[in-house]
Amino acid sequence: MSSPKYWREIPQRYRLEAGKCKKCGKIFFPPRLICDGCKSREFEKINLQKEGKLLTYTVIRVAPSQFIDQTPYAMGIVELKDGVKILSQVADCDFDKLEIGMPVRIEFRKIFQEGEAGIICYGYKCVPV
Amino acid sequence: MRDVAIIGVGMNKWGELWEKSLRDIFTEAALLAIEDAGVDHIDSMYIGCMSSGLFVDQEHLSSLLSDYLGMGPIPATRVESACASGGLALRTGFIEVASGLNDIVLVGGVEKMTDVSVAGATFALSTAADQEYEVYQGITFPGLYALMARAHMQKYGTTRKQLAQVAVKNHYHGSMNPLAQYPQKITLEEVLDSVMVADPLRILDCSPITDGAAAVILAPLDLAKKISKKPVVKIIGIGHATDTIALHSRNDLTEIKSTERAAKIAYDMAGKRPEEINLAEVHDCFTIAEICVIEALGFVEKGKGGPETEHGLTTLGGKIPVNTSGGLKSKGHPVGATGVAQAIEIVKQLRGEAGERQVKNAKVGLTQNMGGSGGSSVVHIMEVV
Amino acid sequence: MVGITGYGAYIPRHRIKVEEIAKVWGADAQAYKKGLSVEEKSVPAPDQDTITMSVEAAFSALKRAQIDPKKIGAVYVGSESHPYAVKPSGTVVGEAIGATPDVHCADLEFACKAGSEAMFVCLGLVGSGSIEYGLAVGADTSQGAPGDALEYTAAAGAAAFIMGKDNIIAEAVDTYSYMTDTPDFWRREYQFYPRHASRFTGDPAYFKHILGAGKGLLEKVKMKPNDFQYAVFHQPNGKFPVKVGKLLGFEKKQMETGLLCPKLGNTYSGSSPMGLTAILDEAKPDDLIFMVSYGSGAGSDAFVWRVTERINQVRNKAIKTREMLNNNKCYVEYGTYAKYRGKIRKGE
Repeated sequence: MSSPKYWREIPQRYRLEAGKCKKCGKIFFPPRLICDGCKSREFEKINLQKEGKLLTYTVIRVAPSQFIDQTPYAMGIVELKDGVKILSQVADCDFDKLEIGMPVRIEFRKIFQEGEAGIICYGYKCVPV
Repeated sequence: MRDVAIIGVGMNKWGELWEKSLRDIFTEAALLAIEDAGVDHIDSMYIGCMSSGLFVDQEHLSSLLSDYLGMGPIPATRVESACASGGLALRTGFIEVASGLNDIVLVGGVEKMTDVSVAGATFALSTAADQEYEVYQGITFPGLYALMARAHMQKYGTTRKQLAQVAVKNHYHGSMNPLAQYPQKITLEEVLDSVMVADPLRILDCSPITDGAAAVILAPLDLAKKISKKPVVKIIGIGHATDTIALHSRNDLTEIKSTERAAKIAYDMAGKRPEEINLAEVHDCFTIAEICVIEALGFVEKGKGGPETEHGLTTLGGKIPVNTSGGLKSKGHPVGATGVAQAIEIVKQLRGEAGERQVKNAKVGLTQNMGGSGGSSVVHIMEVV
Repeated sequence: MVGITGYGAYIPRHRIKVEEIAKVWGADAQAYKKGLSVEEKSVPAPDQDTITMSVEAAFSALKRAQIDPKKIGAVYVGSESHPYAVKPSGTVVGEAIGATPDVHCADLEFACKAGSEAMFVCLGLVGSGSIEYGLAVGADTSQGAPGDALEYTAAAGAAAFIMGKDNIIAEAVDTYSYMTDTPDFWRREYQFYPRHASRFTGDPAYFKHILGAGKGLLEKVKMKPNDFQYAVFHQPNGKFPVKVGKLLGFEKKQMETGLLCPKLGNTYSGSSPMGLTAILDEAKPDDLIFMVSYGSGAGSDAFVWRVTERINQVRNKAIKTREMLNNNKCYVEYGTYAKYRGKIRKGE
């Protein structure tokens, strides 16, 4: 994991920092340079609310190399209260309780670490409410 | 714009081609296409390839492959749109001929995926998704399509068996294609019992890792009629559209809007409706993809992709056979080559050269090639002249 | 008045029972349960560490403090299991809560009392007027060597406190620190597991320092044990804190609310701080709380807290400690526990 690439996304990964279009109010996560709705270039910084509901889910049983030790793990697309949708793991849940419409909230977790000597990458996951 | 036709096709057997390098694989297919077309020179070439850099540490394919093709210092262009690279290369080659800039244009696609480990290939494929907001979180491609499948099953009642039927059908078709990577028939039980990869998708719901190439020769229609010894196939419609790269940014997780939009552009240009398509090659990277795509193409109503597949609408002999080549599932999916191979299947069918898997009275065919989880789609409609 | 403006804790949901561990090593589970007065301990999942737990505890503290995080002038995380040997846990916590960039930060270490040290330092900085608010966190995911007595108790948890002058819910009436050089429990660099000097960890270490700090503070504030409604001590097991409390003159019922170890295990730098959060979850205005931490090496920090009216307004603004302790538990067997804790030797 490249240090600058990881560091650049910290406000989004740690604080869910998004950009809200000053003109039409559309929220972009991650923030953008231009609003695809009204084409405005002015945004204000907001932190997304941490509650949401599960729109769809899956359980990953064949994982990419940096997630092999965590397999199997659930993932879902979650619609947060602000209307923004994110993709994240669903931690601390029994797989047979996963249900579309389930309420979840964001928790700060370790996403992966680069072996024994590389950096540790943190971010957001969802947990059942 | 001039009318454009396909006058030559070339493809080798796909699989784990240990002895062949990327340049060998591409050149073989290209030479077969040149032979099939009966031309003695090429004016320009296009290469669809997703990631030669990550798979074989090689970029600058334009220079490498025009060099190895031996047809002189011709202009060569590498085109990339993840798994839609081949289809997009075809569209781009079409534009060069249609514009009058050049006459004989080779469009090829290639991917050499087995020089890296499975983990390496999985990583390379993952670059088609949003690195920072999808891949970082731990998703895989089967995972993304599994999220779509779950949503589709919830919204429309699509069943696990209906998904499996896509794989069974495509293997049945592929068993009649000597160039397919896995030309074996499989049963519904085998699909439903296979190892779970990302709930609810199992290994037999997923297209494989493949080495292979495919190439076609384009020419302006008038020239094609003069020089071609085989039935001439005209490209009558092309559509291309993108959508958000991240699946979670889409409005409806059960729809592939980029395909819908690309198809509309193609249908309008061709002056055809979905009912007038006799057969199609679509991007069944995962079984759920074919179900969503036939809905997006307007072959079936939204939500009916599962039951219609189950009832045989898209099986050879049915109203609109889909993936008579075996699709990505049975034929294989060397990423950059897929879009071009789809065109080859349509051309062979429209020419009447499809042997055992020939669709009767095939006059108009459609190809749909897409990238990532539907972030880009290219649709071509072809008609035999 | 200086004291706690907000507090929060975090406990991971996984647990392992003493019986599970004893089974694998052929040990007498009942003897361990009785001897240690511990039934089960918390286990961090592979995606949890000192940093993630500190962040979540800090979020809860912020919810109760109800302040703009940019007003936090210092972030200190005390642990003996910081994820990096070099690169602070505090910087990640500071970024996550939005306190950066105009903030002082350091990681603290002193075996199990690194959390109470963070609290001690923040109180000093706020009291001197150097900073407006300070965040102090005690968190650990300590390792116990396989088959060792400590494996039955080494657990995971975090407690966070935002110290301030305004809007406090518990005043820091006074503090006292007591420290000597005592090699009772240690971990050398590059060693995966700590080591300890067995029975030497009792009287000359744990008891000497808690008694030293405890008696010192009681004398300094001129109070007696029965002036207090609550008492909480460092909890390496369920027995020691009750014994040391009694030696100081406290009664079992004063110590009940803050005694989490029997169901939680020893959360090291989180131990007495988490006990304090459980007390704050139910204490009433004007209640007095006596707290003494202990860190091997060795030393103790003692505090007297007086609860204020404001506790009633903010207590319910975040999850309570015993809610996390008792609800939503997920038990694992030893194999999963060993995998989660990185105790299985893997290939390259």
